[in-house]
Parts: sequence; C-alpha cells; structure tokens
Amino acid sequence: MRVQVTDYRNIKMPNLEHPAYPAATLLQLESLVPCRESQVSLLLSIFGERHHFSFPSIFIYGHTSSGKTYVMQTLLSTLQLPHVFVNCVECFTSRLLLEEILTQLQSCSPETEKTSQVHCDTFNDFVRLFKQAVATQELQDQTLYIVLDRAEQLREMEANILPAFLRLQELTDRNVTVILLSEIVWELFRPNTGCFEPFALYFPDYSIGHLQKILSQNHPPEYSADFYSAYINILLGVFYNVCRDLKELQHLAALNFSKYCEPVARGEANERDSRKLWKNIEPHLKKAMQTVYLREISSSQWEHLQRDDEELGQLKGLSAHTHVELPYYSKFLLIAAYLASYNPVRTDKRFFLKHHGKIRKTNFMKKHEKTSNHLLGPKPFPLDRLLAILYSIVDNRVAPTANIFSQITSLVTLQLLSTVGHNDQLDGPRYKCTVSLDFIRAVARTVNFDVIKYLYDFL
Amino acid sequence: MSKRKAKEDSGANGECISQVQKMLRERFCHRYAAGKLFGVEHQYRHLLDLLKRTTVHGESNSALIIGPRGSGKTALLNRVLKELKEMKQVRGNLLEVRLNGLLQTNDKVALKEITRQLNLENVVGDKVFGSFAENLVFLLEALRKGDRSSSCPVLFILDEFDLFVHHKNQTLLYNLFDVSQSAQTPVTVIGLTCRQDVLELLEKRVKSRFSHRQIYLMNSFDFKQYIMIFKKQLALPAEFPDESFAQKWNTNVQHLSEDKIVQDVLRNLFHYTKDLRSLHLLLMLALSNVTVHHPLITASDLQEASKQYRTDSRANIVHGLSVLEICLMIAMKHLNDVHEGEPFNFQMVYNEFQKFIQRKAHCMYNFEKPVVMKAFEHLIQLELVRPIERPNIRAQREYLLMKLLLDNTQIMDALQVYPNCPVDVKQWAASSLSWL
Repeated sequence: MRVQVTDYRNIKMPNLEHPAYPAATLLQLESLVPCRESQVSLLLSIFGERHHFSFPSIFIYGHTSSGKTYVMQTLLSTLQLPHVFVNCVECFTSRLLLEEILTQLQSCSPETEKTSQVHCDTFNDFVRLFKQAVATQELQDQTLYIVLDRAEQLREMEANILPAFLRLQELTDRNVTVILLSEIVWELFRPNTGCFEPFALYFPDYSIGHLQKILSQNHPPEYSADFYSAYINILLGVFYNVCRDLKELQHLAALNFSKYCEPVARGEANERDSRKLWKNIEPHLKKAMQTVYLREISSSQWEHLQRDDEELGQLKGLSAHTHVELPYYSKFLLIAAYLASYNPVRTDKRFFLKHHGKIRKTNFMKKHEKTSNHLLGPKPFPLDRLLAILYSIVDNRVAPTANIFSQITSLVTLQLLSTVGHNDQLDGPRYKCTVSLDFIRAVARTVNFDVIKYLYDFL
Repeated sequence: MSKRKAKEDSGANGECISQVQKMLRERFCHRYAAGKLFGVEHQYRHLLDLLKRTTVHGESNSALIIGPRGSGKTALLNRVLKELKEMKQVRGNLLEVRLNGLLQTNDKVALKEITRQLNLENVVGDKVFGSFAENLVFLLEALRKGDRSSSCPVLFILDEFDLFVHHKNQTLLYNLFDVSQSAQTPVTVIGLTCRQDVLELLEKRVKSRFSHRQIYLMNSFDFKQYIMIFKKQLALPAEFPDESFAQKWNTNVQHLSEDKIVQDVLRNLFHYTKDLRSLHLLLMLALSNVTVHHPLITASDLQEASKQYRTDSRANIVHGLSVLEICLMIAMKHLNDVHEGEPFNFQMVYNEFQKFIQRKAHCMYNFEKPVVMKAFEHLIQLELVRPIERPNIRAQREYLLMKLLLDNTQIMDALQVYPNCPVDVKQWAASSLSWL
C-alpha cells in the first residue's frame, strides 16, 4: 500500500461553526487557540452534537508543545462538555489511574456535593463503578470524554489496561469516548495480538510563521509590538535550526529580552536601530545556547549575570565542575588509563618498549581500519596493564605503594575511571577510562606530555 | 427558489441532518453491523442451531468462534442471541453470563463475576462473599444439581478467550468445559478469539473436554460484495421519519457506489484490510462532514477521509523536527548504508555529521557537542532511535549502541515535504557515498 505524505503548506484556516454550539462560544474558543483552528474544527465535527455517538477511542499525536493538551482542555471546558482529564505520568499505576477517573467523575454530575474516595483495584470493578457513576440524569444524554495525557505510560502498566480503554464504549455500553494524547506514534503502542484501532489524528508542528505569531503575543506593554517581533525574529534566527519546541523558545525569549532592551534603556539606540541591537544581542544568544539552553546554569544565574554585566567568558556551567585539579601521579594514572582503553593490546609493544619491531598488518586489520577505537568507546583493561603503561610513561621510578592504589580508587570515585565486571573476580580488577579526548589533552598539557603521539588512532 | 422556501427547506433539514447523524453514528461507532450480516449465513445457521439445541432440547455444548479482529464475531453472536430470544420457547428461559478476558484478568475475579451475574445466593448487592474455593464449589454444585427437563439453560460467553488461557492452571476453563460435558443443567460455553492457534494453547486435559467445534469468520467476500456492503451500511432505513430526504440520500449512495473515484478509494482500502471496522471508520469520517449546508456525502469527502486515514505517522513526526535533528537522521542513514544496518552510537553519528560540516565548510551548523547531544536525546525521546539494550548507569551515553527505526525510503519521502529544507542538506541525503 502506498502511503500518502501530507503537505501542510497550503492548508487554510477556516472559521469555526457548528450547529450545536452558540456562535459566541465558538468565537471565544477561536480566540483562545491561535493557529490551531483546523484541528479544532475537525474535532468539533467528529464530536458532533452533545448526544451523538463518536469514535470509541481517538489517538492524538504530535510533538511536545504542539498544543495537544492545551487545545483539548480549552475545547472541553469552553464548550462545557462533560469530561475527565488525567495525566498518566501523575497516576503511574493502574489503581491510581482508575481511582482518579472515578473521583473526577463524581464531580462531573452536579448532584454530588462532596467527592469521596473510591476504591478500585481492577478494571472489572472500574467498569461496574463507571456504569453506576454515569447513571445520573445529566450524563445519560451526553457523550462523556475521558482524556488520558502522556498515554505512552499506559504501555508500562498491566497489559489489559490499554486495550480495555480503547474498547471502553463497548465494554460499558455507554456513550463515552476515550482520547489518548501522546508524542509517540501509534505503531509503537499496538499490542501483539492486535486491539481495537483508534482514530489517529496528527497535531502538526507549528511553522516558523506560527511560532512568530504565537511568541509575539507575549510582548510586554512598555515596548511596541514591532520592536518585540523584531526581537523574536532574531531569536528564531539563532535557535530555530536547533530547537522548535515552543516552551523552550518562550523561556529563552523571556530570559533574554531585558538584555535586548538594554541599548534602548540606556539611551544608546532607539527602537529602530536594528544593526546596533543585533550586534548587542547576538553573542549573548550564542552564549545562551551553550549554557541556559543546555541547562548548564539555572535561569536565575543567567539573569544575575545579565544584571551585573560580567564578562561572559567567566561563565562556569555544570560541566565545568568536572575539571578538578588532580595530584601529579593521578594525572599520569589517568593518561595511562586512557591509553590502555583506546589502544589495542598488540600495539603496546610499539609504543612503550625501547626496542620494538614493526607491526605487520594482517588482512583482518586492513578491513576494519576505518572504525577507529574512538568511535567504539573505551575498552576494559586489567590493573597490571595499567601499571605497566604507567611505569613506562613516568620518567622517575614509581614504587607500587598503597598510595598509587588509593589514587586509582579515588579516580573511580570521581567517575573518571569505572570498574568493569564483578567485585570478586579472580583475575583481578578491570577498569575502563570514561573521559573524553579533550579532557585528557587538557590534563596531559599540564604535565607536558604529548598524549596524541601515543594513541594508535592518530598514527 | 424563493427565499422563504429555501429557509423552510433548510429548517427541516437541520432537524433531519441531526437525525441522520444520530442514526448513522450509532451504526458506525456503537452497535456494529446492526443491519444484515454479509457472507456469514452458513456460520449463522450453525451457531443458531447449536444454541437452539441447548435452549430447547437441553443439550450441553461448547464452541469457539475464531476470526481476525473486526471480522464480526461479537456481532454474529449478538444477532443469533437476538433471534433466539424472539422464539417462543426461549423467551425468558435462558441465563447468560458474559465474561471478557480484558476485564477478568484472573480466575478469582472471573468466578466472582460469574456468581454476580447468575445472582446466586452468596451475592448481596454487588459484593460476593466467600473464598475462591468456596465459590467454585458452590457454583459447580448449583450447576450439577439441575436436570435437562426442568433447569434453566446457562450460556457462558467468553470474549478474548485467548486471555483466559493464560490464567493459572486454566482452572476456570477446565471447570467450565468439564461442566459442559458432564453436568445435568444444560450449559453451553462459547469462546470468541482472534488467535487461530488457540487450541494449541489449551492444556491437554482442557482440550480433551472441549468439543473441538470451531466456527471460522474469515472475511471471505470479494470486492463486488464489498461495494454492496458499503451501500447497505450507508443507506437509511425505510422507517426514517423524513421520507423524501431518505430517498435523496439513498439515491446519492447509489451514485457514489458507481462513481470511479469512490471505487478507487474503496479498492485501496479493500487491498489493505478487508474487515468492516476500517470501513466504518472511513464512513464515520466522511459522515462528520455532513451539515445543513452540505447535506449529502460527496466523492471528495470520501477521498479526504481516505487521505486522513492513510497518513504515514512517522513521516508526520519527522516533518516537525529541527534542521539539526534532520542532519543527525541523515548521518544515521549513511551509517546504516555503509555498515549495512549494524547498530551505531552517538559518537559515530557525531563523527559523520562533522565530516559533512567540514566538507561544505559551513559555520552555520557548527554547533557544540552538547547541543548536538541534546538534539540526539530528543530523537530518543520520540522513539525514532532506540537503544538495543537497557542503558547501564555506568556506561557513557555517547557510546550506547542504538538502532534507527525508520528506513531509507521513509526518510527520503519525509525530506521531500520538509519545509524550507536547506539545499546542501538535501544533497547530502541524496549522495550515495560510493567512494567508500
């Protein structure tokens, strides 16, 4: 079967209209969901009038911050349709989930004043209690919607939960529709023996125009809308290639706006001086990509930095703290460990002996030459090999005192080395070096050791 | 047409459209195949005969209805039961117990449910008293005490029968089949399942008590009958209140079934899956477009519905990725081509990406390694890339082996519709690396 790939370039945005709901409510709804009108219109036509039946289950998928949760909540609460909204990460076991649904159902019908705690262990009890709860007059005519957010967590619960929810309309013989919201595509949800297939609906990602429109809506009242849109333009220019997540972009926009306004606030430039503003903000945004975007520093630290106008080069992120100062022999131990991890054993002779022969390359080695060891990751090595390499690279004689062994253990605690294999191995402990090439070069530079000369991959 | 007449027409149509929607939605979403059944007359008669023998003549029996998902097993059974209950001898004289493998996940729950549905003496309100063993003994005694002429026959219907097979020791199945072989009360056990190998899952002692009577529902209609099914499913019945509208609607349905576009749409669906459930989904989508301004379904409605139904979900997700993530996917595609599908790790992907940047000397894509790592982790979160084994805390994240869950044609197709794709990225994707 040839599948169609949908082109989203030419979809027009219709105005919402529906016979069952008053026009004023629909207008209000339309204003609350910018750039999502066609999805809302499709959902409205599927839901139909209040008492109509709809699909037993609907599966809505799309990227994070594409508005799935927000649109569903806004739609259901603005039109006042009876619904239950549950997040599957919050209710991570089946019991929590089922009890939460039943508790929220109690507040759906207007007759009960207090909600009491229900006990529900199995799905069998849930179906029975559900039928009782829906029996009130208000709910009997209308479709009840059960929305399960982050539905990919349902796969982690018992195997009957997901197929049973998909069939809830049939199992309870009531007018109920289950809506699943997720980031993951449906093919990864389907159980092995099949299940009732839901109607799958895609919430498309926002295009760059949409992102601009939505982000520009948050402009602070002191500045004009054009000024803010120019700022958003610059921000998107830097970050759009890397990240399209609306929440991240909103966060970055909020954090960096004060820096953007600085020249105007100080009186150095007016609002339309785009080149000066650009020159001011561009290095700042690039720095933000390496720090705040990666959550290396917190946003309060970032704001503090902007206010004090410190030199940006002094920024110390989280990963900067891994550069600890090591004692002299520890540095050589680390270098020796790195060499042991990334050089194959047969090449030790060539690097560390005074009189070595030539290494003949066999056919096997020629075939697999392209995959360097740096791509495959560090290999484990025994303690003896580490000490042998250490003695050959350190100039003065080093005695195998307990000091050396305790330094090895402290390197393991710092997670610069890691142990491989079981604790009580008979052959002796085996280790692996877990630092990157840049780190080891920095360390080797401090002891005047050229580590590249000793690496097989750089021969 | 004068304005007033047009208004009257649309006024009547509003109520009428609502009725049409109500009736057809219930048919498509809630009660399946409420009309006639197609191509299963033989199985229908077989099942009806079987149940008649239990209810009228007092014979005990067991049977399995086997068919793929959506082929109409529950619908068939419900139709047979409906006809049975209309017969004079049966009216009010049949006890039904409906169990479902998805709800009763172990024998204890199943037994309580049976006791509750049969309303035996140890049930007060909703609560069933006694332990599992006590309930079982009580139930079996109750079933054994009757006799063929004076007891009420009991019908056990087990939906998702293959799930009952996985209960401990298959206790419930053993006892039910045992009772159907030896008890005095006429008992019939009917199982519905989608697994064709379900008999091999039964234990030997359970299998020997089963009568090996199997009814298969295999969707064995051809395309001409499929079109007739389509017509019958969309047609409004004669009892519809607004007769002129019903006639207009039915003529329209006849035209649609002869239309070439609609036949193409149906043929595409028929080649993909024959079961009626997907047909109902398609019709429901087309039906949701019916409003007062658009009172009849057109061929383009069905075409739109078909397009909506058949979108490739993974291509949709790829459409929303950022340029950096697309570059990583292309790098993975090249790695797969070179190493013939062997798993890769992040370091290899990053290396491949660096080779691309250096070749084209682009400072635009020169991102730091942690930024590239964050993009890669986003791909893992979307489950487009999956690690082969569970990630160890000790292992470094860059060297964890992964597999890509998309294939080359999907990636190339997705790149065609990717908005504002930079030209050099597209060229990189299409290059074949034949120099290696």
